[in-house]
Amino acid sequence: MTAAATAPLVTLERVTKRFANGTLALRDFSLAIGAHDFVSLLGPSGCGKSTALRILAGLAPVSEGRLSWHGAASGPAGPAGHDLGFVFQEPTLMPWATVFDNVFLPLRLAGRARVEAEPTVREALAMVGLTKFAGVYPRELSGGMKMRVSIARALVTRPRLLLMDEPFAALDEMTRNKLNNDLLAIWREHRFAVVFVTHSVIESVYLSNRIVVMAARPGRVVEEITIGEPYPRTNDDYGVSARYQAHVKAVQASLHATLDGMAIDH
Amino acid sequence: MNDATESALVSEATRAVERERRREATARILLPLALVAALLIAWEVTVRVNEVPHYILPAPSLVLQTLVKNWDSLLPALWFTTKLTLMALAAAAAGGVLLAMAFALSKWIEIGLFPIAVVLQVTPIVAIAPLILIYVDSTTTALLICAWIVAFFPILSNTVIGLKSADANLRDLYTLYGATPWQRFRHLLVPSALPYFLGGLKIAGGLSLIGAVVAEFTAGSAGKNTGLASRILESMFRTEIPMMFAALLLVSLLGIVIFIVFAALAKALLGHWHESELRRDA
Repeated sequence: MTAAATAPLVTLERVTKRFANGTLALRDFSLAIGAHDFVSLLGPSGCGKSTALRILAGLAPVSEGRLSWHGAASGPAGPAGHDLGFVFQEPTLMPWATVFDNVFLPLRLAGRARVEAEPTVREALAMVGLTKFAGVYPRELSGGMKMRVSIARALVTRPRLLLMDEPFAALDEMTRNKLNNDLLAIWREHRFAVVFVTHSVIESVYLSNRIVVMAARPGRVVEEITIGEPYPRTNDDYGVSARYQAHVKAVQASLHATLDGMAIDH
Repeated sequence: MNDATESALVSEATRAVERERRREATARILLPLALVAALLIAWEVTVRVNEVPHYILPAPSLVLQTLVKNWDSLLPALWFTTKLTLMALAAAAAGGVLLAMAFALSKWIEIGLFPIAVVLQVTPIVAIAPLILIYVDSTTTALLICAWIVAFFPILSNTVIGLKSADANLRDLYTLYGATPWQRFRHLLVPSALPYFLGGLKIAGGLSLIGAVVAEFTAGSAGKNTGLASRILESMFRTEIPMMFAALLLVSLLGIVIFIVFAALAKALLGHWHESELRRDA
């Protein structure tokens, strides 16, 4: 296990997750997430990357192993902890509520009054560039904008950890690029940790400082690759560099090795 | 293409869409009205030309005359049926929603009670009504129970589906933020179930009227404190066919009004967000 670049915020130690039907979703999964890390979980479908994310969120219990939070916690981790934000594959907005009310939700559930919370909600909306859309209903927004609302909602509590489950997979490439860049900018400014689940090699190399390559059946870590490139990274600069290409090749090779391994298993 | 031309084209297109909308809205009202009018005229003409006796088929004009002439006896009957229908519907909505909530809270309650609800639903009300009339002293209460039995099932089953239909990820999100059961209910389950509940209410509105009328037919009661069904029965015994048609007309109108009211309610509550009530541009 490669040590996190910064002091660890959350660690998973030898976590195994077995579903009720006997499927081994994760085996011996260990991961340390530094306070300012941008970690991508990369792997084929069924490799347990979403399961790992749900365990980190406290939405699924581990069968074996341990999930621990470190450092001065501002509250208990996991459910009701408010110390993490979760962005799902779909925007997962409440269609009956305005953009403002959707972003306000985490604070409302924490018992905060609307008037008192308003500046915080506006700030989160400004972060994702949706200040003007506070009063709009989700159906009036494009897919990319809905995702922005979802990110604003996840960040409105100012969590130390942001979990994202293939958030941009359903978006077109241009929107996806824009969101990737904006996410990086927000992350750099606010310095929280990100765990980003993706099946896209180029996305993981572009965004993260560490990539955890996973294999399926059972879900496990194959390799951890550090992408030591400095931020800020841009499409015109880092995105076209030879170093970027080299990282992509290396990660692809690692990923293909896991797929070949699977082929031999069968 | 310069900006001015483009915006001119856009506003031209907007106007065209607007025109089309207005045309559709007008057609929605005028087309059915025109059809009904044509039908009534054909009916009137057929009766007059063939000199059909009024005790077989009265002309629409005669039905209308009868309606006006007997307004004093029909109005209390209409009011009685309306009251009965609305009370049954209110009780059905309350019972259906409460039971659906109990089902959502505990699967044991659902497993235990759902079959009974189904039995109530599938047994024809005409068959149960005589029994209820025997067991319950007050005829009005018996009628109310009958109408309630018919109306409550769609509300129950729709609300149960609605409460279960809340998005799984949203449920997770509520768990993540430590929502209390009340917060989850108020902010997630109620809005998710609302479209389903309103759909159930629309069906139940029509059914409670049917229940009220059918039960009164079975009760066969005569006298002062009775509804439109009794007027229809009475006029059948006296072969006052125009009066039958007049009472029938009122039953239909009542049903139509109930439907329109609930359709408007659904539009008002869901219009801004739910798929079922959204306008889609072609």
